[in-house]
Parts: sequence; structure tokens; C-alpha cells
Amino acid sequence: MITLSQISKSFRTGLAQGGLIKAVDNVSMKIDQGEIFGIIGYSGAGKSTLIRMLNGLETPTDGSVMVAGREISKIKGTELRKARQEISMIFQHFNLLWSRTVSDNIAFPLEIAGVSKTEAKKRVNELIKLVGLEGREDAYPSQLSGGQKQRVGIARALANNPKVLLCDEATSALDPQTTDSILELLVDINKRLGLTIVLITHEMHVIRKICHRVAVMESGQVVEQGPVLDVFRNPAQPITKRFVQQVTEPEETKETIEHLLERFPEGRVIQLTFVGESTESPLITQLVRSFKLDVNIVQGRISQTQHGSYGTLFIHIDGAQAEMDQAIQYIKEQQVGVEVISHD
Amino acid sequence: MIEELLPNVDWEEMIEATYETLYMTGISIVATFILGIVLGLVLFLTSKGNIWENRPVNVVISAFVNIFRSIPFIILIVLLIPFTRAVMGSMIGENAALPALIIGAAPFYARMVEIGLREIDKGVIEASRSMGATINTIIWKVLIPESLPALISGITVTAIALVGYTAMAGVIGAGGLGNLAYLDGYQRGQNDVTLIATIIILLIVFIIQIIGDFFTTKLDKR
Repeated sequence: MITLSQISKSFRTGLAQGGLIKAVDNVSMKIDQGEIFGIIGYSGAGKSTLIRMLNGLETPTDGSVMVAGREISKIKGTELRKARQEISMIFQHFNLLWSRTVSDNIAFPLEIAGVSKTEAKKRVNELIKLVGLEGREDAYPSQLSGGQKQRVGIARALANNPKVLLCDEATSALDPQTTDSILELLVDINKRLGLTIVLITHEMHVIRKICHRVAVMESGQVVEQGPVLDVFRNPAQPITKRFVQQVTEPEETKETIEHLLERFPEGRVIQLTFVGESTESPLITQLVRSFKLDVNIVQGRISQTQHGSYGTLFIHIDGAQAEMDQAIQYIKEQQVGVEVISHD
Repeated sequence: MIEELLPNVDWEEMIEATYETLYMTGISIVATFILGIVLGLVLFLTSKGNIWENRPVNVVISAFVNIFRSIPFIILIVLLIPFTRAVMGSMIGENAALPALIIGAAPFYARMVEIGLREIDKGVIEASRSMGATINTIIWKVLIPESLPALISGITVTAIALVGYTAMAGVIGAGGLGNLAYLDGYQRGQNDVTLIATIIILLIVFIIQIIGDFFTTKLDKR
């Protein structure tokens, strides 16, 4: 559905020296039809520029962007405007017209596409039902909550039956609970309409919750990409590890571990990583039954992703050296990731 | 009773002058509104980072606006005499005042339009572009509706300034309440005429302000 081949985008900085900033640096990726693809990065990583090249709001300095069979990076004028009706976008700050009611905001893209008034009215009613805004049709954006505004944004984006939905930090301005309800709506739309969704975010929570695949961006480059579960299991880059920690390791874990290492200089603190089915096997029970060890659970968490669950568990084990080595070997055989955390 | 208090006021003349003032103000408000919005839009759209970004055009229009906004109106009328003669064929009467009124007020209003347009959230314009809107659609369905309260409060301020301008134009022969107050009131020492003309001008200003405020509040759904 979407193919980016070696795209780069440079901006001239305002300085007299004529310095160039590479916002996006040689990025290639392929996004399939019906996929929810997440791009994560800190602010300034180039993800905003990248997503804007998918609908031609920015043109790449080099490389090509193909979306739904059109080369977005080449086309202009009417053709680009036609293409944009198939690639809609929702925004962090919703970007609704304050001068229009909910219904009229949703009708705006239909007016642009030249849909007749009666047909537009019908479509608007369908969309209002789809996003759950019944009864708010005649409200103005200023009378809505953040979550409701984003629902209007989503309805507006879906009005012309797009093939691709771009989400520009769509939940970053919302509270956690509203974020979850908007994410659920996006998954629902993805399943029901088979819509391809590309989203950018700085929250791993969003990636974990709805994305099938993820790309991690740092200073204009994609440093890592793959299925969400794989990236969670084996984050290769330091930045990816930090993002994964956002959802797996609460802040206090580190302190708890340090405390334990101090208290039990003898034993070992082990981080176990469970992915998919292994989250359901009774590993700890087996461990206690089969080995002469004291096992102490420090901290644990299981997260749901679109392709199964992902969990981490920190345990402290104590016993004879050989026994501990055997136990670790045993855990490895259970297809559970093991990492011994040492004193340092 | 009234005749005793205001011995010199010729009401028929006063009504005639009021009509002339309203005529000059009305026509020049409409023309200023249209011309100011066009200039303001061009100023906004050609500025840095906007859809028609074009430095030369922006600089030229900006200079034009700044120059005509800065010339004191009474001097502008004098400067425009040859132009007015060429366009209107005369320097006497209400129509002769119109070119100076419009050229004096439109640049002033254009700046206010530009400020109003700049206050529109850039994201809203970006969203419209992302939906495939043409520039035409963006102008008519986004820029103008989204800045309408600012456009209305701006034209209210401009309209009040225009009432003042018509009085000045009156002094040099354009007719209206200014002309009446100056010739019959001041030069012939009939203070009652000046007083009544002033009261009528104040009433016109208040009415414009009330109408402007009403629409500004009514249209603002933010």
C-alpha cells in the first residue's frame, strides 16, 4: 500500500551560513494493506516530516513515495488533491474548524470532494454513529471534550472512504483513559474497514496497544523496524530499549533491584521475558519444585499487544551456585528470555 | 421651543447632510471591506511559510499599504486631487470624496485583515490541505469563516474612522455633516448647527459600534 524508497528531506536553516538540516535521512519502508504501522521517536526525530511526505504536505528532497499506486512525491495540483482524498489525516490538536458544527466539520471533506448535499447528509449521519457522537451533531468544537474532538477528526478523516489514515500524534493531547478509547476506535476502524493506518507517536503505549509493526526513528533515520512483538522481545538499539522500558519497567524497579542486590549479595536477580504463549506456562512453580532455590518475585508486568501478550518478570533466586546455573538453563529451555542482572 | 434653542438649524439641510454622510460612509465601507480583504488575503498568503509565499509581491503590497496608511487623511485628499478629477470628473460632491476615503481606509483595514488571518490556527489550514482543498476552497471555507469575528470587528473600527474621514472630506467640499458643521456652523458662527451635526455623527458612530459588536459576538463560536 505504501512504499518509501530511500527518501530524504533537508531543510535550510534560517542562518546566513546556509546550513542544511536533514530531517529525514535515507528512509525506506513498506507498509502493507490493512496494517497498523507505528513510527516512534522523540520530538525532532523526523517522524512528523516523514508522515507529511505520505500525503504530499512535504516533498522529499530525494527518493520516492508511493501510496495506493500513486507516486505522491511526483504528482502536483489536481492529481495530488485527488490523491489526498484517499489519504486522510488526523492531528494532535484535532484542527477542527471552530466556526462549524460537528456535522459541518465532518461534511467539509465531502464538500471538497463535490458530494451532493443530500448524500453528504446521509454520510455524515453514518459517520457520527461510527465514531459514537450521536446527539452532538449541532455542537461547536469549543463545546466538546478532547476525546470528542478527536472523534470528529476521525469521522472527518473517514468521510471520503480513504485507503490510508495518517495519525499525527493523535492521542498525545489526550488523557490516558481517552487515549485508550480513541485507540480502540482506531483498531475497530482498521478491522471493520480494512483501512491501512500509519501513526507517529512518542508513546510506546500506543505502539504496544494497536500496532502490528513498528519503526523506531532517531535523528532522521529508521534505526530499527519489525513486528511489535519482536521489537519488544529483542530491542537491538539503546533508544528502542528505552522505549520498551516505557511500558515494561515501572520507574521504581531499578531502585528495587539495587536494593535487592544489596540485601542479597549471594543470590542473583534475573529478568525474565515472556512472549506470546510462554506467558501462560507456570514457570515459577516449576522452578520451585525442580530446584532447591528460594525464589522471590520482585516485579512483574504483562502487556497486551495486537499479536499476543508480552511480559517481564524480575525475580531474585538464591541457593547453591550450580543449582542456580541449572535453573537458568532450565528457564532458557522454556523459551523464556533470561537476563541475569549483576552488580554494577 | 426647539426653534428658540436652535435658531439656526435648518432641519431639511441637516437631514440632507446626514444622508450625504451616510451615503459616503456606506459606499466606502463596502468598497473598503472588499478591497481590504483582497489586499489582506494577498498579504497573508504571500507571507513567509504560506501557500503563495512570494517575497517580491509581499514586499510591494506591504510597502503600498504602509505608505497609504501613514499619510494623514487631510493630506491624502489633497494629494489625490488629480486622481479624483480623472476618475470622478469633479472635486465637488459626495462621489468626489469616495476615492480618497477608500484609498485612505482600505490599507488600514488590509492590515487588520492580515492580523485576523494570522490568528487562524496553522493546523486548520494544513488539515484542509490534507483533505485536498483548493486554494479557493481554503479562502472561502476556511480563511474567511475562521477569521470572520476579526474581520467584522476590524471593519467596525474602520467604519468609525471612515465617518471621521467623511467629515474631513466635507471641509474641502464633499458635502455631508462635516461640510455643514464647517461652513454653516464654524464659518458663520452658528454653534447650534455644529452641535447638532456633532450629535448626529456621534449617533452614527454608536450605531455602527453596536451593530459591529453584535455580529462579532454572535459569530464567535470559539
